[in-house]
Amino acid sequence: MDAARKSELTPMKNRATVERKSDREIVVTRTINGPARLVFEAWTKPELFKRWWVPKTMELTLPTCEMDVRVGGKYRLVFAHGGKQVMEVFGSYLEVTPHSRLVWTNEEGDEGGAISTLTLEEKAGKTLLVVHDLYPSKEALDAAIASGATSGLPDQLEQLDELVSQGDGVGPS
Amino acid sequence: MRYTLNHMVQSSRARLDTSFAALSDATRRGVLEQLGRSDASITDLAEKFHMTLTGMKKHVGVLEQAGLVATEKVGRVRTCRLGPRRLEDETAWLERYRRLWDARFDELDQVVEELKRKEKTDGRSKKE
Repeated sequence: MDAARKSELTPMKNRATVERKSDREIVVTRTINGPARLVFEAWTKPELFKRWWVPKTMELTLPTCEMDVRVGGKYRLVFAHGGKQVMEVFGSYLEVTPHSRLVWTNEEGDEGGAISTLTLEEKAGKTLLVVHDLYPSKEALDAAIASGATSGLPDQLEQLDELVSQGDGVGPS
Repeated sequence: MRYTLNHMVQSSRARLDTSFAALSDATRRGVLEQLGRSDASITDLAEKFHMTLTGMKKHVGVLEQAGLVATEKVGRVRTCRLGPRRLEDETAWLERYRRLWDARFDELDQVVEELKRKEKTDGRSKKE
């Protein structure tokens, strides 16, 4: 009930949901206040993608972001931490349907990584966004969870982020 | 207090670097995937990944330091399994993963908002 009241007070704030749909699947959903074509644009233009894929609150940058968004085209993202390159993720686009669907591979390991599918569904000027990751095996998804690395971002960053913001909250330095 | 926090942030950064280093290599990610299926000796892993025992020992050492792999020597065989971080509750992981996406989407909201405004302005200036 408290949660319901809170959401009434902040109607503009959309919340992402994450679900492990099966042994091999993770599904993320979120509504964005804007038409599908703008969401698609922000997902497929490197200069826009760079601005949101790595949240500002994280001490991580994306110095290289190459995207050749067409069927068979490749992408490559290089992450840096403290000026040092720390990780590279790459893959290719399997399906490109402007404004509604984008499918890409995540080729990090030898055995092949997850296949990601983004679908966009527009309704009354808002867009329901679904990111579906299908892993090659249960073991592959378990290992991704164990290592904390999914979608090319180790999520310990979140913890670091929390520590840093706690530090800010302690008082004047 | 301040010192403690800074210290915590620093050691957290060090851990982060260690994890990045551990995960930045395709063989090491493959080893984690393999150990997700079953425990294995260093010899098994070296064979599986077509590398020397010394090379595999180095990789396992890096993973062990990051807490991703634990090893135990029984007799002459060193057995590897997924490390303590593996034991993390999946629900907690899902919640952290959700927050990562939420943070991303908060920024995406701003980008889309800006594109909307830009379209409006462009539309207006075309009419004028």
